[in-house]
Amino acid sequence: MAKKSQKTSKKSASFWTNFILIVICVIWLVPILGILVTSFRQSEDIFTTGWWQVFPHKENVEVERIVLPESVNLDQPFEILGKTATFDEFRNGITLDDGRIISWYGNKRTRTAIVSENRWVGFDTNLTLKNYKDVIGGKTISYKNAQGQTITRTGNNLGGAFLNSLAVTIPGTIIPILIAAFAAFGFAWLEFPGRNLVFTIIVALLVVPLQIALVPILKDYVKLGLNGTFLGIWLAHAGFGLPLATYLLFNYIGTIPRELLESAYIDGASNFTIFTKLILPLSVPALASFAIFQFLWLWNDYLVALVFLGEKNQTVTIAVARLVGEKGQDWHLMTSAAFVSMILPLIVFLGLQRYFVRGMMAGSVKG
Amino acid sequence: MTVAQLNDPSPNDRGFIGKFVQWFSTTLGQIIVSILVPAGLFLVLWQGYTFLQKANAPQIVQVIIAIVWGVGGVALLYVVTNWLVMKLPKKMSKVLQPFVFVGPAVAIMGWYLAIPVVRSLVASFKNYLGTEWIGLANYKFAFTDPRMLETFRNNLLWLIFGTAFSVGLGLLIATLADRSRAEVVYKSIIFTPMAISFVGAGVIWKFIYTYKGTGVGIQEIGLLNAIVIAFGGTPQPWLNLPPWNNFFLIVIMIWLQTGYAMVILSSAIKGVPAELLEAARIDGANEIKAFFSVVVPYIQGTLLTVTTTIVIFSLKTFDIVRVMTGGNNGTNVIANEFYLQSFTYTDAGKASAIAIVLLLLVTPVIINNVRQFNKSRRGF
Repeated sequence: MAKKSQKTSKKSASFWTNFILIVICVIWLVPILGILVTSFRQSEDIFTTGWWQVFPHKENVEVERIVLPESVNLDQPFEILGKTATFDEFRNGITLDDGRIISWYGNKRTRTAIVSENRWVGFDTNLTLKNYKDVIGGKTISYKNAQGQTITRTGNNLGGAFLNSLAVTIPGTIIPILIAAFAAFGFAWLEFPGRNLVFTIIVALLVVPLQIALVPILKDYVKLGLNGTFLGIWLAHAGFGLPLATYLLFNYIGTIPRELLESAYIDGASNFTIFTKLILPLSVPALASFAIFQFLWLWNDYLVALVFLGEKNQTVTIAVARLVGEKGQDWHLMTSAAFVSMILPLIVFLGLQRYFVRGMMAGSVKG
Repeated sequence: MTVAQLNDPSPNDRGFIGKFVQWFSTTLGQIIVSILVPAGLFLVLWQGYTFLQKANAPQIVQVIIAIVWGVGGVALLYVVTNWLVMKLPKKMSKVLQPFVFVGPAVAIMGWYLAIPVVRSLVASFKNYLGTEWIGLANYKFAFTDPRMLETFRNNLLWLIFGTAFSVGLGLLIATLADRSRAEVVYKSIIFTPMAISFVGAGVIWKFIYTYKGTGVGIQEIGLLNAIVIAFGGTPQPWLNLPPWNNFFLIVIMIWLQTGYAMVILSSAIKGVPAELLEAARIDGANEIKAFFSVVVPYIQGTLLTVTTTIVIFSLKTFDIVRVMTGGNNGTNVIANEFYLQSFTYTDAGKASAIAIVLLLLVTPVIINNVRQFNKSRRGF
């Protein structure tokens, strides 16, 4: 798109414009950066220090430990490195004139003081891929907690969940698109009784909350044995995605020039041939937009998968949510799991952003 | 339509077949055929599918088979149905063919969305098992129970603050980015959270809000508490502090939804004619005044659409609350209460009543959508 010259001259944006934007962007990115960094850190480190400490910063580094002889009475003011103070004052930390800090190690009985210095610390290079290995695999894993104790747990088999998510998402995206394309063609170009009424109902269904369907459909699924199957969830996602898909594709297919279709009919083509040979190829941009939309929505869906798949055939969102519920403090596992769950949609999204935006614009009526 | 109209009814259409055709031409017959034939094929595919699922193949093989089966099955369904319909006499196939095209979509939407509205409505007047009529008792719960009142209050907070900040920030960023050379970069960054699941976002923000407690030598690993400490405050268990914890959850929604508002508003702002803005500037309006007197009125239609979409989103909010707090500590929302009633307390009656409440809340939008559609489609 060519920018108007007038607007380009406005692009000499003020310092404040860029400043505000940069601040907002940093706020937007820091949360993601936090879990990205954390997912590569050793489990013990995560429990003891904040993730931002992997970056160069000034820190109090222990330089020596002083064990006081038994002769010193700790209940009265005493002297360390030429500084006299009470035990409580030492415990709260005392800064010497040269910048060194004296603090106490543990309780009174340790009789140990720690001398530390405020120094620059470079990048923390103690990073690992173990968290990813642990969370993707389904075997027993062990790691160290804050106290350095080894903890053993069963893995989360996120790799399996990833495959399940693919099995849900790919057909769950293609099936409704195919069905919707047929329907959109039917509504746009074929005549049949009740066409107007039925399409109006579809428009009304655009924002119906899917909660309304969960209880009745689950009842049907239990009767049909569809609960927990891929087929069941494909159909559910098709059902919930179809109104928007049909609406979007109807709008698109409706704009295909009438003459094009009529000349094809005169050549003796059947509706089916026209649809597969003419309409489908022409609708590729609209199909692609909706495909990305539906793909992201399915990959990130939690509610529908939770209700219709449950623990059986669990998808990544369910696996991650379970991890949060069961192991709410295991940040090394949660952060790497969250990243595994984000990687595919991020790639699809950043790669195909333009199509996504187009679909979003056309479908901004959906709830 | 042109080809079929040229063909007169063929002679063998009379007699028995003629009656048959007549019967089939009734709408009822059309619907029965267009549903029965795909349903039969569907059944066959389904049997094959369950058979395969029982086979003990490695997961990746199962997944690939599932994908091929699912996608191929649906395509086959259309090809077979169309082939069947084309085999019929011309007149009949002409009448039936539209149903081959729209039938499956209508059937699925009917089963999954339209009929459930009625079924939920019926269930909302029955007891928790669906065995007895109990009148309006479930609605009395839905509108007066303290649990529900809490969810209403929280959803209202989500609606007001979530929407206001998402749209406001989106508009601010869209406007500012429009004047910057690095527009694409800024917009991509703000937009990125849209690709992240609410569950993933839950983990991200839970980590920011995490709290370790007070004590000697304990270092907070949550960013928010670290910032609070850096400014001399005391760390807090943010997610356990009603009613403020609601706002900490709403922040997540803002983080996720601002990108959406920004992208749509950005393209609307680009549509504002430069001459209009110029004229306002010549009249002596400063940038801020020009923005409110020219840009905002020009994009108000888009502004309304974006606001409506985010309002609906905030009403249906579920995943964030479910993952972050489970609705505890005064953070419950309508959709989470629905989930609890249907799957934890297994009270189908109350759950249905709550679902109907959600539906009622979006009804104005539904009516508006239908009206807009009918207006734009005069002569459809």
